[in-house]
Amino acid sequence: MLVARPVAVLVRSLVLEARRGGLPWLALAAVAVGLGLAAFVSQVALTESRALQAALLAAVWRGCAVFLVATQVTASTLREIQDKGLELMMSLPLSRSTQYLARLAGFAACGAVLAIVFALPLLVWARPGAVLLWGVSLACEAGLVAAAALFFAMTLQQFVPALTATAGLYLLGRSIGAIQAMAAANFGDPSFASRLAEYTVDAIALVLPRLEAVTRTAWLLYEPPSVSAYAAAIGSLVLYALLLAAGGLFDFHRRNL
Amino acid sequence: MTIDVRPVSAVPRWVLALLALGLATQVAWQARRDNGAAAAPELPPAPTVEALRLASFGEREALARLAMLHLQSYGTPDYGRLIDWLEVILKLDPRSQYPLFSAARVYAETGDPARSRMALEFVYRQFLLDPNRRWPSLAHAALLAKHRLKDLQLARRYAQALQRHVSASGVPPWAKQMEIFVLEDLNELDAARILIGSLLQSGSLNDPAELRFLKQRLEELERRLAKEGR
Repeated sequence: MLVARPVAVLVRSLVLEARRGGLPWLALAAVAVGLGLAAFVSQVALTESRALQAALLAAVWRGCAVFLVATQVTASTLREIQDKGLELMMSLPLSRSTQYLARLAGFAACGAVLAIVFALPLLVWARPGAVLLWGVSLACEAGLVAAAALFFAMTLQQFVPALTATAGLYLLGRSIGAIQAMAAANFGDPSFASRLAEYTVDAIALVLPRLEAVTRTAWLLYEPPSVSAYAAAIGSLVLYALLLAAGGLFDFHRRNL
Repeated sequence: MTIDVRPVSAVPRWVLALLALGLATQVAWQARRDNGAAAAPELPPAPTVEALRLASFGEREALARLAMLHLQSYGTPDYGRLIDWLEVILKLDPRSQYPLFSAARVYAETGDPARSRMALEFVYRQFLLDPNRRWPSLAHAALLAKHRLKDLQLARRYAQALQRHVSASGVPPWAKQMEIFVLEDLNELDAARILIGSLLQSGSLNDPAELRFLKQRLEELERRLAKEGR
């Protein structure tokens, strides 16, 4: 109880900061731009116009949610560090772990709200069950990105490097499956160099989240995933977010402020 | 989120002039530029499916459909390259009907029989990989082979493939007896009307853009046949 209240205050302050910083307006602008784009493509499509709209909106809004969360977390964390707000927080009777995880919870809450905002309009194009699965997956994906952005902002302490590292990790996570497929196809010859390249790609894949398997547009267009596939997708997101949180906690505990 | 600002008069005049001049020059420059529509470039060779998959960052369904819109912007492309593109796009999202619809309804309906055959053969090859999903395009291909190419043998080959490979429930009975339908003494307009009508009835045809496109095609066909005095 003694810890719960300050944590709730910290989470609330982060959400409030995001609201006052114009995040809702940016999200609504992204919704409006997406709808405009969808209206345009439906005019030039010869067939599958509704599927095209749904696919385009899902892809654009997924990217927007992730981008907004990453920039919000990075900017907010670095502002707090630079304004010495973090040092002030450290004077409170809260452990470093509690402070770090409360911050992460606050940013993940922002990501969940964004996921709801971007999932709701998709009800026009897809079945409610599919939209629900997609939205929950997006909320978890935004949580993972929040964990990555917080980790990099805390460790690198510079805006551009932190945001670049977050974007790099995210994009690599979304394309590693395709890179592995290319490596397997092109390095089919048994030479040492080819095998080494293939193993290197596989080794990198082991420490990356498989983001192309989550928040799938195919769930909206065709059929929802099986329970096991969905559980595996969400499980992989939660697992990687925990890994990033653990990495962040490790760094935060070792730091002299 | 409010920002305190000073009045416009606080800005030096040369800055205002520079802003106005910059904007005017930008608009004038862009207005003089070709918009690219007048001289459509040549269709480049198709990328590999792995490259497209990489470029999609996991959004294969969206990229496949956007690539189809991009392909539409090339007026009369090289058909060898076009078929490669259609094949790659279909591999990117095998459940999309867009590449097959375009091949059968747009690219096969050209005045050049050789190109038309290339597009029809593409539809036939891809149909064999997933008959229960891809039959509508081959049904149209059979009609095109009969009425446009006047190649009854080719039309029967497609019709027999439909009969042999389509097994899903919900497919109209005529599609499963396509050979009889092809051999019937119907003109192109009547055959097209029956095909579209039954697609509507079976629920396979419900996209507004596709309905608009097919209605337009039927009207064009009516006009063409009226002009030919049939």
